[in-house]
Amino acid sequence: MTALGQPLLTKPVSAKLAATPWGFFLAIAVLLFFVVAAVFPAALATHDPYAMNFANALHPPSFEFWFGTDESGRDLYSRVIYGTRESLLIGVGATAVSLSLALVLGSLAALAGRFASAAVNRIIEVLFAFPTLLLALLLVAVIGPSAMSQVVAVGVGTAPGYARIIRGQILKAKDSGYVEAAVALGHPRAWILRNHVLPNALRPLVAIFALSVGQSIVWASSLSFLGLGVAPPSPEWGALLDAGKQYITQAGWLTVLPGLVIVVLALAATTLGKHIQNILEKDEK
Amino acid sequence: MTPTSSSDTLTPPAAPAPSGPAGGGARASRRFPWRLIAGKLVGAVVVLWGAATAAFLAQTALPGDRATIILNIRAGQAIERTPAELAAINQEYGLQNPLLVQYLEYLRGIVTGDLGTSYQQHRPVAAIIGEQMWPTIVLTLTAIALAWVIMVVWVTLTAGRGTKVSSVGAVLDTAVAGLPHYWLGIILLLVFALTLGWFPVISGTSPNGLFLPALTLAIPLAGFMGQATRAEFERSLDQPFVITARMRGMGDWGVRLKHVLRHSVLPAVTLSGWALGATISGAVIVESIFTRSGIGSVLVTAVNTQDLPVVTGIVILIAALYVVANILVDIAYVIIDPRLKKS
Amino acid sequence: MTTETARTAATAQPAPTTQTTPTTQPASTNPATPLLRVEHLHVGFTRGGETRPVVNDVSFSLRAGECLAIVGESGSGKSVTARTIVGLTGANAVVDAETLELDGINLTTVSEKAWRSIRGRRVGFILQDALVSLDPLRPVGKEIEEALALHGWGSRAARKRKVVDLLESVGVPNPAVRARQRPDELSGGLRQRALIASALALGPELVIADEPTTALDVTVQAQVLDLIAGMKERGVSVILISHDLSVVARLADHILVMKGGSVVESGSAHQVLTAPTHQYTQALIDAVPGGHTRGERLGPALDASLPAPDTRAPLAPSDGPVLEARDLVKRFRGPGGAQSTAVDHVSFTLDRGTTLGIVGESGSGKSTTARIALALTSADEGWAKLLGQEWTSVTESRRRHLRNRIAVVYQDPLSSFDPRWTVERILVDAVAQADRPTTGAAARSERARDLLRQVGLSEQVLSRLPLKLSGGQRQRVAIARALATEPSIIVLDEAVSALDVSVQAQILDLLVELQDRIGLSYLFISHDLGVIHHMSDTVLVMKDGRVVERGTADDVFLRPRHPYTQELVRSLPTLEDPGASTARPGGPSAVDTLPAGAAEAAPR
Repeated sequence: MTALGQPLLTKPVSAKLAATPWGFFLAIAVLLFFVVAAVFPAALATHDPYAMNFANALHPPSFEFWFGTDESGRDLYSRVIYGTRESLLIGVGATAVSLSLALVLGSLAALAGRFASAAVNRIIEVLFAFPTLLLALLLVAVIGPSAMSQVVAVGVGTAPGYARIIRGQILKAKDSGYVEAAVALGHPRAWILRNHVLPNALRPLVAIFALSVGQSIVWASSLSFLGLGVAPPSPEWGALLDAGKQYITQAGWLTVLPGLVIVVLALAATTLGKHIQNILEKDEK
Repeated sequence: MTPTSSSDTLTPPAAPAPSGPAGGGARASRRFPWRLIAGKLVGAVVVLWGAATAAFLAQTALPGDRATIILNIRAGQAIERTPAELAAINQEYGLQNPLLVQYLEYLRGIVTGDLGTSYQQHRPVAAIIGEQMWPTIVLTLTAIALAWVIMVVWVTLTAGRGTKVSSVGAVLDTAVAGLPHYWLGIILLLVFALTLGWFPVISGTSPNGLFLPALTLAIPLAGFMGQATRAEFERSLDQPFVITARMRGMGDWGVRLKHVLRHSVLPAVTLSGWALGATISGAVIVESIFTRSGIGSVLVTAVNTQDLPVVTGIVILIAALYVVANILVDIAYVIIDPRLKKS
Repeated sequence: MTTETARTAATAQPAPTTQTTPTTQPASTNPATPLLRVEHLHVGFTRGGETRPVVNDVSFSLRAGECLAIVGESGSGKSVTARTIVGLTGANAVVDAETLELDGINLTTVSEKAWRSIRGRRVGFILQDALVSLDPLRPVGKEIEEALALHGWGSRAARKRKVVDLLESVGVPNPAVRARQRPDELSGGLRQRALIASALALGPELVIADEPTTALDVTVQAQVLDLIAGMKERGVSVILISHDLSVVARLADHILVMKGGSVVESGSAHQVLTAPTHQYTQALIDAVPGGHTRGERLGPALDASLPAPDTRAPLAPSDGPVLEARDLVKRFRGPGGAQSTAVDHVSFTLDRGTTLGIVGESGSGKSTTARIALALTSADEGWAKLLGQEWTSVTESRRRHLRNRIAVVYQDPLSSFDPRWTVERILVDAVAQADRPTTGAAARSERARDLLRQVGLSEQVLSRLPLKLSGGQRQRVAIARALATEPSIIVLDEAVSALDVSVQAQILDLLVELQDRIGLSYLFISHDLGVIHHMSDTVLVMKDGRVVERGTADDVFLRPRHPYTQELVRSLPTLEDPGASTARPGGPSAVDTLPAGAAEAAPR
């Protein structure tokens, strides 16, 4: 046997993530863990998240305190668990705001009459010119910092990008061969929109939703990190970061570990979203 | 090797070949795409006008009487104000005029470079931003350059190298692209500044303090652009023109560097305009972690105190930078892919 | 298989003068050492620990100045075989051969470095469609220069001069200007010439051409084949790979017919084309449509008896033509605001139960004409009537009730199916659009099954997504959908152009059969003269948006009057006996005198 083959033909990149089911299962396991933490925090926590114990203040991670303790001696791991519910709600809420807005803007841009769609297109482009965090900051400046303003700010901040995606999807479906085939069969416009264009264009929304929840939590925690989110006594993850910020030099774990939790959650959501995307694309291509 | 490998297998024709009907085929390739740029400029003006309008609307959207709010912000306490106090503020900010007049005044100001007056510092916003903008721009541009270097090296090394290497590459792209700036920044700060002591903990404006903040911004951006580049890189590796190049005796590295890379960076070039805005806003966080001077602390303070003229001034400025960057991106794109000039 | 006795390696210097009389039995009569010897070649691709064989026990040999054609349909392993000869089979390939020898070099043991000195210098490779086979972002001159630079040829200035010489030698007019242009700025013929120039840059003794004319218009194809013939005359050995027997017929000395990775037939071109021993070869030859096949089946009759013809009487036939178009004009705004006329005063009449063929090269406006006929694109001037009723001149809502009278089948059926819909849903949806709609879910489903039977598919495909079907099956489903509304007319826009010749034959047979049974009228659009001649009663020849010739199929193709039609017909490769000489009677024997620039359009 002689291997004359040279590395020339390669697998398409999309096959790769889909080919690793363990990544998919790991992502689901991680997400399930956080769902349980959000619904039954007591089942997973090891300490009372609010119990102060100044004797144990700024204790590094140990067998007793998995994530260490904060300046008041509260167990950080338990605080993270108890903060899950609010953090997830902020992420899901922001995603709901974002995708609703994106759906309205994207559909109008792709489907409204000539003049209206041109106007909506411009609005999307203007909003897209603002980076996500900046748009969110602008909104926080107007509304004032709170959990609710985080939901709105992050939701609006991420909406323009998704609006562009949805617009593109609808335009692609509108321009497709199967829509033309349906016209040739004599189907009316509204029927085609309902039966071909929207179902195909909105298919990736599931994947986008998963991706977006992870991203929203990251953006929301970024606002909190800047002191523009939920106020510190709360165990919400961003608030934990904000509180731990002052102790970076003495107690790095106070920011590193809650940050790690956010990274893990965001990564799991991204992985799940990409898998769904790949499965959908496999059906289409 | 047979001696035929010289040039004489094909001799030039005896009679000169008839010239093509049009020798003007070269016309398109030399001309600068003015039409394209003009169209983009119009779009840019519209975006800026939209940004200014949004900024104005944000200022008027503050709940309550604006003069009262301004006074409260300036004093740092919320109390009832006398009509005399309010009248002075209304006069200063032109708040007694109808909204439309205020709006036109605002637009006129922006065109002349006047971004308004800070509620809190009682100074022109343009001056406040001007003092702090430069370090942020240096940081942002350094980060983008660094991201490009990291991304190109990483993708060229790992893309299309068999299933294992390329999936490690792809997974790392995705993982890194999602890293929050604050977390990465803290890790880098803890490891390289606090533990190893290679870099200063407080960056200030020193060039030595530039590296870690820039790296913090560059790594997620490299991952983000890397995803797009890798997909295009692997697609290009399978293209017939690559196979043709291999068939004429080119090696793997030659193909990667001379043919594939140019094709594969196109999506990342497109992203670069957007990346500039994203990196500037990321700089806000990074400056806070590394205690680096720049627009970040100005912005965060302004948001906290609801000093809207400063916030909107920064927003408009960044929208303008985004617009300029996108025009540069369009030019870069046409240089890399000259086919676009025709369309 | 043309296996030859291995001889001591004398330098296989190409000697054109000795090659003018190819013999049919080279092994015994010609003493020259083969340039390339391949014996018992096996290639497989490994994926997930399993090796899938794609080439099985292939052997052949090639002497200097000879042309070997490898012919087969998609998946036959012909391209893999060719790529193996230059060591570029692929990353997961497993290659095994008893002998793989180029001019005495054992190719099974050469290092990657040695491979790189063989590729380009000893063996040139030409792929199909230079638009993607040359780097689309670089000027063609740079690509040719790269071939020279890679092998250290000459100085930079000398290379620049050589590039111009090379382009000139392959018949590119204005070579110095063309060298600075990118493939997309050149016409199809010019860029294919540039691709050939890059393969010939270092004067390789073997050139492998893998479908070198497949994407080209027929007139350009003839010119490129002339160029390859000229190469061969100069003593270059050629391996010509094609799915089309008629393309290789003129050039090949030997033909290897491959199917499913194995050689099913091998012999001299004369023998393979005139007296094939394997029935697959015969089937391939029979499957090629043309004037001689009119009124005949292209493939064996289906053994499965077709269902009885639709018992429902056709809708009341109207008198007069089913489709009538007058002076259709369509203009498009091109880049830079310049207007171009895609369809220029085209008129035609389609009678009941007949086929009107529209033939033309790319850009001739034939597909735009079809879209106007379907009222999917509006005409700027002129009108079309469907079954005597206003069609293109009324609003969509007013013509919608007529839509089920005219159906369409595209070249790429896959994109015309909603990716989420199963075959059953696609057909049931169409059935409901008929004038006398079948009512009730069960009845509609039964009608869908019935349609599948009519197009020769089993009902197992009902539950499948179109993506999971083969190309031929998809086209049958597309035809079934077209039939579902019981139309009078089916517009077939390059409907068989993407199919392998044997599948194409089946679909054409099916279409003829359906026409005979239901009395359908076809508007048949194709670039393929053979297909149009085989199918059509009347023919329009289009060029640059205008109809240059019209008439009965035989009149147009056997007695063409317009010079353009004459050129088209002349360019068409045929399966006729290649004879002893590769040069066309009275034709030039070298590329030098090619009417190259004359026939080439300027870059669009």
